[in-house]
Amino acid sequence: MSVIKVYIPGDSAAVSVGADEVALEISRLARASKIEIEVIRNGTRGALWLEPLVEVQVGDDRIGYGPVSVDDVAELFASQFLSGGSHSLCIGKVSEFHWLASQDRITFKRVGLVDPLSISDYQAHGGWVGLQRALTLSGAEIIAEVSESGLRGRGGAGFPAGIKWKTVLETENETKYICCNADEGDSGTYADRILMEGDPFTLIEGMTIAGIAVGAQEGYVYIRSEYPAAIAQLSAAILVAREFGILGSSVLGSGKAFDIKIRAGGGSYVCGEETAMLESIEGKRGVVRSKPPLPAISGLFGKPTVINNVLTLASVPAVLADGAASYKSRGVGRSLGTQVFQLAGNVKQGGIVETGFGVSLGELITGYGAGSLSGKAIKAVQIGGPLGAYFAPKNFDLPMDYESLVAAGGMLGHGGIVIFDTDVDLAIQAKFAMEFCAIESCGKCTPCRVGSTRGAETIQRIIDGEEFEPHKRLLLDLCEVMTDGSLCAMGGLTPMPVMSAMINFPEDFENRVGGTK
Amino acid sequence: MTHSSWSIDAATAVLQPLSAEPGPVLIALQAIQEEFGYVPTQAVTLIASTFNVSRADVHGVLTFYHDLRTTPPLEHEIKICVAEACQAVGSRDLEKVLKTTYKDQVCDAFCFGNCALGPAVMVNGKLIGRATPAKVAEEVK
Repeated sequence: MSVIKVYIPGDSAAVSVGADEVALEISRLARASKIEIEVIRNGTRGALWLEPLVEVQVGDDRIGYGPVSVDDVAELFASQFLSGGSHSLCIGKVSEFHWLASQDRITFKRVGLVDPLSISDYQAHGGWVGLQRALTLSGAEIIAEVSESGLRGRGGAGFPAGIKWKTVLETENETKYICCNADEGDSGTYADRILMEGDPFTLIEGMTIAGIAVGAQEGYVYIRSEYPAAIAQLSAAILVAREFGILGSSVLGSGKAFDIKIRAGGGSYVCGEETAMLESIEGKRGVVRSKPPLPAISGLFGKPTVINNVLTLASVPAVLADGAASYKSRGVGRSLGTQVFQLAGNVKQGGIVETGFGVSLGELITGYGAGSLSGKAIKAVQIGGPLGAYFAPKNFDLPMDYESLVAAGGMLGHGGIVIFDTDVDLAIQAKFAMEFCAIESCGKCTPCRVGSTRGAETIQRIIDGEEFEPHKRLLLDLCEVMTDGSLCAMGGLTPMPVMSAMINFPEDFENRVGGTK
Repeated sequence: MTHSSWSIDAATAVLQPLSAEPGPVLIALQAIQEEFGYVPTQAVTLIASTFNVSRADVHGVLTFYHDLRTTPPLEHEIKICVAEACQAVGSRDLEKVLKTTYKDQVCDAFCFGNCALGPAVMVNGKLIGRATPAKVAEEVK
């Protein structure tokens, strides 16, 4: 009998709910029953409520079981799960599992499917095709393809990637850099982490294509320290890529050099702002820089620098491999391609939903998410991280694309959606937004540094039941100053959750008596 | 997590491989903390002289980043995520319970990227999803 392949995610989220213990128990019982198995620690499929999701290779299919706890393992063996036997935890063929099968996975196509550090597995699933094609093109041709695809920055700003790359290409300098922003600090977002842990070669390939395109020989990935497993996995993948001649003095034998270094963050949210990140990579305090100059002209160590988010760079291999036309056939309007949405917070079926832009908020939350975890009614959702707007269920028909969200007074950000049930108090959330800004402000500009503290104090007075109208006027005025007067998005966007909470949930602010509603 | 006790030789050995790196101050502080569990005052002077920067520059970086600490670590390091996604599943209540039990060994964190399986708590570097006081106690003992 041949060795049975058993996939048990090694992803941090899966491990946080017991995947390591389940892997040990399955190995132990297989040994005891003298069944030869090979345990592969894949990335997560992104259906996080099913973690640990154990998959067994049966013929050409993978049969899934989840969520598996250590206590379930003996019963799974009794149900012959190693040959795909039926069990109450069985979700059937994973490739036909509707929640996954109905998605359109481009950036995440290999995550959960492959052994993350196996270069042959990566290649067998379409890896390096984009890079090989890029090596046959000129820098300008690669950039034309990226521009044509409509790919925009997935970190939050939504700036067209091709234009940024073109600026770096056209800025003459012997030294240029590719910086990958993996400081995924927004609460409710985790796609960068899952990709780096589950399919790190895709990011390496994307960065290498960027380097070849603009003529940079060195790349940095700035990963937040809260992601130790992602740091370890990407570091290991870089070593493998060097060993196989992907990275180094001659990328795939092309004679063109490119290599990647990792820098860990220091637990500072503002370092996700691109110029603060550059300062931090340079080993300094993460204080925001004034723009201009744009980092594309004078960035890391004063050199022309491409700065892109993990998901932006990880989408590039697919754009090059399948062509711009294929990528931009997805999405709507000026939001082309797919977006990796992340369902988080009080949600029954939380996880990664990659689909074309334009899907409705309601389809994500009540469709994929299946409503709240607590079973109570959903009261609010925050889209786009701690600087994003709070929306109410009345907004569930909102199409999820860059422009529609801006028109509705919000922003897509990094695609995270945090769901709250009726227990949430939006005045408390508004105060938290200001407090968070006060803690994380780099301190360079006054509207952010001082405004956030004054904002938190003002909202506290509203919570304490002081007269609403004068405090509301004060808060609106303060928010205007912060929005217009801050140097970066930290102070400039903190008013967004505050204002949207006040506009969409006025009942939580008006007529409060001594801290209660 | 075991850490060495401070010695200038050990610290010099930690810093030595970083001398070729551009902008080494933050990675130097991180390496010192990794080795000794915190950044002792003497390390600031050593980093300044090793990389030819002012002590003020090193102090500035040391005091900017939440991760870096200037006092030895306590027995357990319990970080609880108090960002929005975990708030939505009760991290504020969990924070109160943990702080009552474990006092100053508990500190706030903003997001471990486990936002669909919150509340998230990290105990001595190990991430716990759907955290409860019982699950945390299991790791702390």
